[in-house]
Amino acid sequence: MSRVYAANKGASVIKTVIAVIASAVMLYPLLWMLASSFKPQHLIFQDLSLWPDVFTLENYINGWNGFTNLTFGTFFKNSFIVVLFCIIGNLLTCSMAAYAFARLEFTARNFWFALMFGSLLLPHHVVLIPQYILFDSLDWINTYMPLIVPKFLASDAFFIFLMVQFIRGLPLELDQAAKVDGCGHIQIYGRIIVPLLLPAIVTTSIFTLIWTWNDFFSQLIYISDPRKLTVALALRSFMDTMGQSSMGSLFAMSILSLVPIFIFFLVFQRWLIEGIATYGVKG
Amino acid sequence: MAVSLFLSFTDYNMLQAPDWVGFDNYARMESDPRFLKALEVTFTYVLLGVPLQLLTAFSLALFLNRGLKGLPLFRAIFYIPSILGPSVAVAILWRQMFGLEGIFNELLSIFNIAPKSWVADPSTSLYTLITLLVWQFGSPMIIFLAGLKQIPETLYEAAAIDGAGPFRRFWNITLPSLTPIIFFNLVMQIINAFQAFTPAYIVGGGQGGAIDSTLFYTLYLYIKAFTEFKMGYASALAWVLLVICGVFTWLLFLSSRKWVHYES
Repeated sequence: MSRVYAANKGASVIKTVIAVIASAVMLYPLLWMLASSFKPQHLIFQDLSLWPDVFTLENYINGWNGFTNLTFGTFFKNSFIVVLFCIIGNLLTCSMAAYAFARLEFTARNFWFALMFGSLLLPHHVVLIPQYILFDSLDWINTYMPLIVPKFLASDAFFIFLMVQFIRGLPLELDQAAKVDGCGHIQIYGRIIVPLLLPAIVTTSIFTLIWTWNDFFSQLIYISDPRKLTVALALRSFMDTMGQSSMGSLFAMSILSLVPIFIFFLVFQRWLIEGIATYGVKG
Repeated sequence: MAVSLFLSFTDYNMLQAPDWVGFDNYARMESDPRFLKALEVTFTYVLLGVPLQLLTAFSLALFLNRGLKGLPLFRAIFYIPSILGPSVAVAILWRQMFGLEGIFNELLSIFNIAPKSWVADPSTSLYTLITLLVWQFGSPMIIFLAGLKQIPETLYEAAAIDGAGPFRRFWNITLPSLTPIIFFNLVMQIINAFQAFTPAYIVGGGQGGAIDSTLFYTLYLYIKAFTEFKMGYASALAWVLLVICGVFTWLLFLSSRKWVHYES
């Protein structure tokens, strides 16, 4: 028995070592970028080390100053505004749509549900151009409206689906008891369902934040005014205007752009991983 | 969607009213070399990248599943690239790493391999993007791990008593139990990969890279619609993408009856 135990222990140590090596390989590019952002410009290239020999904050200072008289402070503020409204929109309207799908009877409910589910699997590029033309005719180009307004129309089928699944798991007796007490649908939704929906609400918020923060495609299409650039767009412009000579500043700002989602990841790590494991979110 | 379908049969530049051209947009694709190149690039990316990514995810999930202390920590570490990976910042990092002055060349110089720009060379540029896709194996891995936890221990014990070795236990228990999850991951990742945009845009500098070697389908659509303002043709491109994704999903569902094993 003790020999088996020892063998298991030995295997476990080897496994841990392999896992540590694999983690190091995986994280190396990110750590290298982090280290490089603190190295003086001329030392970045051809230096594989993860520890800057000469430590400098120059890259961060130069990078933060941005371009065309705009600092990265503006771009971060812009990104935060967009993210905030997207989260509010998604939470408000997806939860209502989910309540309707899970608890209300209406004509062709199954048909609409299937339609919503289908839109999960199909590329949204099909509606991209009509949407662009519509927003253009509303004079919304170079505003955040095209990024935010769709979220207020429950356009993220994925989150509706997630919440429908969650609401279906809640006991129907709660609704019935509330009905007996004289609650209408609005009150059942607001007082019973929403408070119980908290885990799904957290998951939705986290993923909306990460996806919106990382989003590049739709922001690229709608925003070109330098004052309105989000962080993702600003990094792109920065890369195009500066070139190789200021790779350090570009790295420094790239690292900063990853900080908010990384902090969110650290704080909500458990929720995130459970969310993926349960609902199969694409991450 | 109806508007989009209508536009795909027109010639429209947003300045003049749409001009009905029938199936011209679709017919023109056949002789559009950039369209054909975009298809080739995207299919290579999807058909090579997704299986590699899922294979990595699957093997690591199997590896991490048993007899390892600190699983939550390793799980979290492997998940980090999935979260940060789709960002512009990481695309910039990739472009630098595999560039002429990048650290990949530094690494290779240890083995005396001559430096070159892996992102600028059309024969290798797409593979740098595939590496980026494979690197983000964390989220399918977590789904695999969750699936492995669902397999009842008693199955393995029963099989061990019946004299099944580790290989047979894997082949007859682990693999069949995980087929629904393999299927799910396959569908999700394929659909995602077809729509990839950011890395190709950043690495190729907003164009398709050297001789369009990284011209992703969505990037070509973007160029047609928003730099050339050929809205009719771009709508037609969008519909072709929809059909391709639809056919892929349909084929996967069709084949799933043969190999996906459902309980009860």
